[in-house]
Amino acid sequence: MSFESAGYPLLPVLPELVLAAGAMVLLLLGAYRGQQTTRLVTGLAICLLVLAGGLELLLPAGKLTTFAGGFIVDDFARFLKILTLIGSVATLVLSAEYLADPSRQIFEYSILVLLSTLGMMVLISAGDLIMLYLGLELMSLALYVVAASNRDNVRSTEAGLKYFVLGALSSGMLLYGASLIYGFTGTVSFAGIAAATKAGTGIGIVFGLVFLLAGLCFKVSAVPFHMWTPDVYEGAPTPVTAFFASAPKVAAMAVFTRATLTAFPGILLQWQQIVVFVAIASMVLGSFAAIGQKNIKRLMAYSSIGHMGFALVGLAAGTPEGAQGVLVYVAIYVSMTLGSFAVILTMKRNGQHVENISDFAGLSRTNPLLAFVFAMLLFSLAGIPPLAGFFAKFYVFVAAIKAGLFTLAVIGVLASVVGAFYYLTIIKVMYFDEPLVRLDPMRIELRTVLAVAGLFNIFFFVYPGPLVSVATAAAKSLF
Amino acid sequence: MTTWPILSLVTFLPVVGALIVYISRGDDEAARRNSRWIALWTTLITFAVSLILVWRFDPTQPDFQFVEKAPWLANTITYHMGVDGISLPFVILTTGLMPICILASWKSVTVRLREYMMAFLLLETLMVGTFCALDLVLFYLFFEGGLIPMFLIIGVWGGPRRVYASFKFFLYTLLGSVLMLLAIMALYWNAGTTDIPTLMHTAVPRNLQTWAWLAFFASFAVKLPMWPVHTWLPDAHVEAPTAGSVILAAILLKMGGYGFLRFSLPMFPAASHDFAPLIFSLSVIAIIYTSLVALMQEDIKKLIAYSSVAHMGFVTMGIFAGTTQGVAGGVFQMVSHGIVSGALFLCVGVVYDRMHTREITAYGGLVNRMPLYALVFMVFTMANIGLPGTSGFIGEVMTLIGTFKISIPTASFAATGVILSAAYALWLYRKVIFGVLKPSLASIKDLTLRESLTLMPLVALTILFGIYPKPVLDMSAASVQQLVNNYTTAVTAVKAAGLLQ
Repeated sequence: MSFESAGYPLLPVLPELVLAAGAMVLLLLGAYRGQQTTRLVTGLAICLLVLAGGLELLLPAGKLTTFAGGFIVDDFARFLKILTLIGSVATLVLSAEYLADPSRQIFEYSILVLLSTLGMMVLISAGDLIMLYLGLELMSLALYVVAASNRDNVRSTEAGLKYFVLGALSSGMLLYGASLIYGFTGTVSFAGIAAATKAGTGIGIVFGLVFLLAGLCFKVSAVPFHMWTPDVYEGAPTPVTAFFASAPKVAAMAVFTRATLTAFPGILLQWQQIVVFVAIASMVLGSFAAIGQKNIKRLMAYSSIGHMGFALVGLAAGTPEGAQGVLVYVAIYVSMTLGSFAVILTMKRNGQHVENISDFAGLSRTNPLLAFVFAMLLFSLAGIPPLAGFFAKFYVFVAAIKAGLFTLAVIGVLASVVGAFYYLTIIKVMYFDEPLVRLDPMRIELRTVLAVAGLFNIFFFVYPGPLVSVATAAAKSLF
Repeated sequence: MTTWPILSLVTFLPVVGALIVYISRGDDEAARRNSRWIALWTTLITFAVSLILVWRFDPTQPDFQFVEKAPWLANTITYHMGVDGISLPFVILTTGLMPICILASWKSVTVRLREYMMAFLLLETLMVGTFCALDLVLFYLFFEGGLIPMFLIIGVWGGPRRVYASFKFFLYTLLGSVLMLLAIMALYWNAGTTDIPTLMHTAVPRNLQTWAWLAFFASFAVKLPMWPVHTWLPDAHVEAPTAGSVILAAILLKMGGYGFLRFSLPMFPAASHDFAPLIFSLSVIAIIYTSLVALMQEDIKKLIAYSSVAHMGFVTMGIFAGTTQGVAGGVFQMVSHGIVSGALFLCVGVVYDRMHTREITAYGGLVNRMPLYALVFMVFTMANIGLPGTSGFIGEVMTLIGTFKISIPTASFAATGVILSAAYALWLYRKVIFGVLKPSLASIKDLTLRESLTLMPLVALTILFGIYPKPVLDMSAASVQQLVNNYTTAVTAVKAAGLLQ
């Protein structure tokens, strides 16, 4: 349904407009009232995100487009936007402690998260290459700054700078690819590109496609464009790392899926090879490189590389089942990641954050419930049934098997066994090793996030229906 | 037909028990006593409920009974439970052994008792669920989920090399199982369902049969375990606490054999027939080689662990012979081995609790101080050898007869295993029980009431099933007959098709 003709051209972008306007109002508030408004701004930012989510759900059903097809709101977009918003809200909740520190009263933090979320929402709804680039840059520019938000810390600054330089490079590649595609098809809209490539393709489009995918791989941190991930994850303040690992991954995965499936369905075989290779490389590298890590944040970085590889397995299938697998995967991945970061954020001893895996020693004695929930999250990340992570892997591999990608599936499950090893290592440290000094008590907001994530992962198997059927509907809207 | 979900009740009662243990907080002596009693009562009630299954089970019916079905993942992946004559004995074995395991851990486990009991109760749910599941995905869920509590049981309450053993156990089993998961998905797309009864009557293309058979084989061969992928078992057994070893030997290993019976033979008959020589070779190697390895062991638990591998060789051999005697013998041998090997590990636990060593050389002359123990240990040693009059004999002789009809060399080589098992088992018995009493053992005490309570039922069953195996055989007869008939028909059809070409 086109709302331009009906006289409400801006209705589909209402949630985004609310976010944008709200972010500016909060910026003014902060600028006039100073740093003491940090708490207030954070609270209002959370309200804004919830409001945007509510508006998104209130939009008329079906497929809405505006800006001449450049902005699409369909079930796919709704699903992923809600997921992104959940990720952002959880991040702001997890950041409460970080922001409470008097030396870090920075109200801009929440506003940057808002703007980045706005970028993600635009990215998810992108229906042409221009919109894609706009969303991607808005998301990324805000993220670069957030990564360096701990200004007095060398590692945080380094992380921000590194992310910025490499991110700019990848954006360049993406733009170059987009311009090639535009040059050879004469259009930037996904639908137009799909029509132009229906009959097959020339070398120019394939070139453009490769560059476009390279740029997107960078954003989902898939091998071989993953180099920035461990350093940025380690250097950035932990709540920011939690943010990086959740919402932007959802958005990047969304645009990856939408761009490949709706703009290039005619040349499936061309991009399928690339996605298969990237998926295999990510799964294998994510599993093996994580084994040697001592720092939990670096480990989570490699873990997220591996998980993006698994999600790409679903995309590689190029079918509705595959897209459904991707959606289920990212939804469960976000819950596992946010829960894990809630645990990592509680790792404080005498007020100091500790980040080594060995600091978890004996957690099952000092804090049995926390250790149990974290262990379940780790088993879930490893994909052991009956936890949610198993179903995530199940749906992507089921799609890959149906599409006949047997080699990919076999390598994938073998990589998941290797991956299980390092998750087990953390469980071993928590359960089998002798306790060290007690950790500080857990803050209430961390508890809430962990409880929600933990319950979701442990009890997902009881009633998996809703998520799966919503994901099925969302995947259908792409085809 | 019952209207209330009795199978789900048996499966999930232990979880309720685990929750009650969790709620009973505290770490003082009273709380520990509470959690022990709660666990014991839970397992006893579960056992009692599972006996209702036996009572209402119709052994003349070869199909699944007490069936429950509810929508779950998708229209075609459902929560589907049911038992037939092949799975029911294992359900009863599980529920029956659990109270014994809880009793065996009464005094020997002192640290983190609540978590221990919860892990065991969860494990029981997952084991019973594995045997009752009638949907492949549901089966996989239970089958793999069992790794989590077992990993923790070995790793937290195990011996000195527990970390190594628990990792090896977990990763080995997972590696085998993920391949099975892919095969499950391939079957799903082939037949459009993961419903086990439906799949049993769906012809699978030959090519897919071969690959799927191999993938299932990878999982079950590791779990059973078969030579050469058995190396995780001795490590896991040695490091696990006594009750963990009992569960491992008595139930978890049986999941492999059960898998062959439930999936490999009915769903991939042609591939099973093609690969039978492979299974026969591996079984014979397992029987002879691991028996010889058992002869060289210095650790009692390790010796019994290797003997388990040898006994499982008889099971695989009998199952893949595909004859009525072979398959029925395989089922019986698994039940019997569950009782006997579980009891043997309990016996080891008895002396380990007293002396804190499992070195064979540390013991000797126990008969002087522990006459009752010597008697009980003798019964199980004889059953382990397969002496007539004990349950071990029936299983071995049936599998041998069943195989003899199919492959005489296999049966002949396997028969030597009986002699070898006598060699190592008697050697162990002489070293530990007879001879001069070691000075360090001068004050060792005979079985306590609690220990007798755990061992005596098993003694009774070993001898009862040795003399009167009918209850178990009758229970499984109809289902086994149907399985064998379907298998033979399918194999004959494939052969005829081959001849026509």
